[in-house]
Amino acid sequence: MSTTPLLEVRDLVQEFATRSINGRRQVVQAVSGVSLEVRVGETLGIVGESGSGKSTLARAVLRVPPPKSGQVFLEGTDLTKLDRRELRRELRNIQMVFQDPFTSVDPKWRVSRIVGEPLRAFAIGTREERDKRVAEVLDLVGLDPSMYSDRYPRQLSGGQCQRVAIARALVLSPSLIICDEAVSSLDVLIQAQVLNLFERLREELGLAYLFIAHDLALVNQVSDRVAVMYMGKLCEVGPSDDLYLAPRHPYTAALLSSIPDPDPFHERVLTDQWISGEPPSPVNPPSGCRFRTRCPRAEARCAAEEPLMHDIGTDHQVACHFPLTPQEADELVSTISTNASDDAGEGALEP
Amino acid sequence: MSAAAATDESDTTATDQTKSVTNVLEVSDLNVRFGLGDETIWAVNGVSFSVHSGKTLAIIGESGSGKTVTSRAILGLLPNTAHVTGSARLEGSELIGMSEKEMRRRRGPDIATVFQDPSRSLNPTMRVGAQIVESIRLHLPMDRHAAKKRAIELLGLVRLPSPERRCDDYPHQLSGGMRQRVMIALALACQPKVLIADEATTALDVTTQAKIMELLLDLQEQFKMAMIMISHNLGLAAQFSDEVLVMYGGRVAEYAPTKTLFAHVQMPYTRVLLDAVPRLGRAAHTALPIVAGGAPSLHQLPVGCAFSNRCPRAADKCRTETPPLREDEPGHVYACWFPIADAIPVQASR
Repeated sequence: MSTTPLLEVRDLVQEFATRSINGRRQVVQAVSGVSLEVRVGETLGIVGESGSGKSTLARAVLRVPPPKSGQVFLEGTDLTKLDRRELRRELRNIQMVFQDPFTSVDPKWRVSRIVGEPLRAFAIGTREERDKRVAEVLDLVGLDPSMYSDRYPRQLSGGQCQRVAIARALVLSPSLIICDEAVSSLDVLIQAQVLNLFERLREELGLAYLFIAHDLALVNQVSDRVAVMYMGKLCEVGPSDDLYLAPRHPYTAALLSSIPDPDPFHERVLTDQWISGEPPSPVNPPSGCRFRTRCPRAEARCAAEEPLMHDIGTDHQVACHFPLTPQEADELVSTISTNASDDAGEGALEP
Repeated sequence: MSAAAATDESDTTATDQTKSVTNVLEVSDLNVRFGLGDETIWAVNGVSFSVHSGKTLAIIGESGSGKTVTSRAILGLLPNTAHVTGSARLEGSELIGMSEKEMRRRRGPDIATVFQDPSRSLNPTMRVGAQIVESIRLHLPMDRHAAKKRAIELLGLVRLPSPERRCDDYPHQLSGGMRQRVMIALALACQPKVLIADEATTALDVTTQAKIMELLLDLQEQFKMAMIMISHNLGLAAQFSDEVLVMYGGRVAEYAPTKTLFAHVQMPYTRVLLDAVPRLGRAAHTALPIVAGGAPSLHQLPVGCAFSNRCPRAADKCRTETPPLREDEPGHVYACWFPIADAIPVQASR
């Protein structure tokens, strides 16, 4: 595809200065040279464990705080080169939905004010027009405006409150929504409702998503493409089908093998086979490949030389010196049940 | 009550399968109500189940389904506003209504628990080793030195790297997974007969979650413990439990050996829960099978089936008459007027 991607991130680096317990200065390398793109109308999933830098990456895109180095292009415009006013205007096109709906809205504001605030901040329309727009987006996320406009967040359930947060993200008609663990704190049934809402909005409004989560099964089922992150670096990027049918990076394999399989007839894969130990400190990341300290395939070369992202299939890149061969990937995939796509028995619910 | 009868029958079938199985914990007709001013919350209504030694029972449900309240009622950890009736017998002795003093002696050697958030359940001002020593010495006649040795042993048992050094760490110096390992060591300190893991892995990363669950299963085998695993994730239950109890609105929705349950889901709620589990290989942009609405209000005992307002199969009967627990197949109990009798087995063929 030769068209300009909606969002392009090039070589993004984010570091934070902290002090250790004994007062020594140290630098946390949160994101170290990440490049990726979100194409128009697509969902790009980012998956990684806590501390992998996935949220920091999302925030650096929005320049809260601005990254240490690297470039971010929104529809071809380099955000790093804009002055404050221009940046503000551009960033209207990217909105964010956070993990905990209750702490991401003001508990003392009514729903109508929460959702209408971005409009007021950008001084868009008259009061009547704004009210109309608020009612419109509330309707869009499945909340009846006449019932919910005057409520406070505490009068809402978790799922409803997340819908309010989504309405707030939609009110400025953005082209990209960043979902940072947006469904992780919801119960499975509510989670499914919100995921379906995201899907409907994507269809109706032509939205693109940057969907961040720690659960690979969840990310896999919503994304067109998935990027796997470990300790501030990308390990593997590829179409979501390829990633679970032909994983190439050992860390992707580890993530796949640790998903609990909702099928008791399938024998469990032992995770130890793919990952060991605890994540190292982000202050002193391992030399070379950052995953090598936990990787069962690591060799001397992994410590000496950093693996670079390279093409390994159509639209599929991996950063590993010793990626899984297609046969090994097949073997792994056959041990983790992927039954799921069949969704047996789904129709059985109809009376 | 039919619930009690059902439990009896499931017990006999369990004994049929393996002769040596004994019920360590037997809960029957457990009810918990909370009085808040003139409001009453009906948190748990007539729940019965049993836990066998060396086996794992998974209690599955959404938030507000009563799964945590059930476990706390057994542990005697509910606040004074709770009104608990029914029975929970641990190797024959009744836990419900036991004095706090007696209960304190029981927690640890008889029944122990691992909570969801390890950073909030450890004392942040105490070294982790000292916390384990405290727990050991509270229950066992051991001097400080022997207890310390035992604590290091336990930390090694839960596979905390370099336990001799780590036992002098404070909780904030450990990662989430390591803290949860410490919590497990703490719970195992007095070799409990029943271990309750209340969403013990929910706050952890997937790779850590898998490892902690594998560890718990290993330890269970070593100590021949019975385990109650409380979770909202049916995927975890499928992999790590012997029996599953699905709760909804404070009641038992379905209760069966894990494989039986997954092969023949009867209650539509269980089916819905199972379909909502995120799965690999679902194509992007496919709509998930969902039900509308949220968990039921517990302010009053619902008339009819608690799930009827969300259930795609509900008929008038479901809204007016409460379905009793029934048992078509031995050991498989469920409460539904219109079960998915001919459910296609979940088992995959690929």
